[in-house]
Amino acid sequence: MAGLAGFRVRQELMDAARLHRTLLRMTHEILEKHPDTARTVLVGIRTRGVPLAQRLAAFIKDASGRAPHVGALDITLYRDDLTTIAPNPVIQGTEIPCSIDGRTVVLLDDVLYTGRTVRAALDELIDFGRPDRIQLAVLVDRGHRELPIRADFVGKQLTTRRDEVVQVRLRETDGEDRVLLLERDVPAAPARRKARARRR
Amino acid sequence: MTRYRQRHLLGIEPLSREEILVILDTADGLREVLDRPIKKVPALRGKTVVNLFYEASTRTRASFEVAEKVLSADSLTIATAASSVTKGETLLDTVRNLEAMNPDMIVVRHASSGAPHFLARHCKSAIVNAGDGAHEHPTQALLDALTLRQKKGRLEGLQVAIVGDLMHSRVARSNLWLLTKLGASVRLCAPPTLVPPGLSALAPVTHDIDEAVRGADAIMMLRIQMERMAGGFVPSLREYHARFGLTEARLRHAKKDVLIMHPGPMNRGVEIASEVADGPWSVILDQVTNGVAVRMAVLYLLLGGAPEAAL
Repeated sequence: MAGLAGFRVRQELMDAARLHRTLLRMTHEILEKHPDTARTVLVGIRTRGVPLAQRLAAFIKDASGRAPHVGALDITLYRDDLTTIAPNPVIQGTEIPCSIDGRTVVLLDDVLYTGRTVRAALDELIDFGRPDRIQLAVLVDRGHRELPIRADFVGKQLTTRRDEVVQVRLRETDGEDRVLLLERDVPAAPARRKARARRR
Repeated sequence: MTRYRQRHLLGIEPLSREEILVILDTADGLREVLDRPIKKVPALRGKTVVNLFYEASTRTRASFEVAEKVLSADSLTIATAASSVTKGETLLDTVRNLEAMNPDMIVVRHASSGAPHFLARHCKSAIVNAGDGAHEHPTQALLDALTLRQKKGRLEGLQVAIVGDLMHSRVARSNLWLLTKLGASVRLCAPPTLVPPGLSALAPVTHDIDEAVRGADAIMMLRIQMERMAGGFVPSLREYHARFGLTEARLRHAKKDVLIMHPGPMNRGVEIASEVADGPWSVILDQVTNGVAVRMAVLYLLLGGAPEAAL
C-alpha cells in the first residue's frame, strides 16, 4: 500500500516505466563520465539506495559488458542527530566489497533533501579509504539543502514544500516501482476542536 | 519494529523475547565495524562511560572498553583494588561521587547479587550489569546466544547442555533465562553439591555428564570457581575432572557438529581438557569477538537514541 500515516498522495511523479527509463538515462550518464567500470564502485545508501545501485550495476553490465562493484552503506552510526531521535534506528550494516582506494565511488540515494545523509555517507566512506573521487547520484532532488552538497547525476529535479514528502517505492523493498509526492492530510485540528466543544 | 525500551541492562530475566532479539540483531549489524580499516565510528561521541569493576575481569572489561572506543564514547575504568574502595568507601558513595562527574552510563561488576539494581534505583546514569555475584551476567548470555545463532542459524529447538559449577555461576543463570525465552531446550549438569536449591524447577538437572552431552547441539562449560571453593564442594580438582571434565572421549555422545563454549577463564584439565578447548568444535574465541559486538549493541541501544521523555 502506497502512502504514509497522516499524508495523502498529491501527485504521482513516476510510474514503473518512467522510473525504468530514468535509471537507464542515469546509467548512460554515469558510463559517459566513468567508462572504466572496473575502477567504479556503486555504493547505495541504505535502505533504498541499495536496490538502486544494484539496478544501475545491472544496466551498466548490459551496456558495457562489465558490472561495477556494488556496496551498501548504513550511515546510522554517522548521523548528526543520533542522540536526539527516538527510537534508535535499526543497524543494518555496511558492506564495501573491495578497496575504494584510487577508485571512483558513485554514491546512490533515492531522495536528496537536506544533504545531511550525504554528509554522513561521505564521512563514513572516507573511513574506508581514499577514493580518487566521490560522486553523487539521486533519483529525486527535491531541494531544501542545509549543507553545501549537490548531486552529479539526477533522475528528476523538482520544487517541493518542506511539509511534503517524496516517497520512492521500489519492487525490492515495497513491492512496486513508483515515486509519489505526498502532502499532509487534513490537519487533525478540527477534530480536536469538536472534542473540546463536546466537553463543554 | 519492536524496540529496546529499558533504560538499564540489569539482567536477562526482565527482558522480553523481542527485546533480546533487538539486541542480537543490532549486534549482528555492528559486528562489521570491527573488520573495517578504521575501526571507529562517531556514534557515541561526547558520551562518557564509567567501567566500575569490583571483581577481577579480563575479557568482560577489555570487551566493554573496546566497544566503547569503537563507538567513540569516552570511557574510564576503575578497578577497585587500586581505588578509594580499599579505604572503606561504600558502593553508593563511590557511585555518587562518580555521578557528580556526569557520566552517561556506569558498567558495574560486583560480588554482591543485586548491586546493579541497587545502583539503578539511586542513579540517573544508565546502569549495565557486567556480572553481579551469582545472579546474572547478561552480556555474556547475549554473546553466547549471538555465537550460537551465528553458527547454527537459529536458537529455537537447539539442545544446550550447561555443565559445571551451577551454584556460583551467573553465566548459567543468564543463559538459562535467555535460551528458554528464545525456545532452546536447556539441560543442566553438576555434582549434587554444586546445584543450588530450586534450580531443577527451571530446567532438568543431571549429575551424569554423559547424559547431559548426549545429543547436545552445544555444550557450555562453566569454570570451577577456585576463589569460591572454600566450602569444600568437590573432593579434589582431579576427581572433578574425572567425573565432570569435558574430554574428547565424552564428546562422542554429542552431535557431530556440537559447539563447545566456555565463558572463560578456563581451567584447562579441570572442567575442560585442552584437546577439547583447542579442538575443531570450540567456538570459545568467536565468543570473545561476539562479546565486543554485543557490548557495542548494548551501548548503542542505551545511549544512542533520545530518552523517551524527550519525545
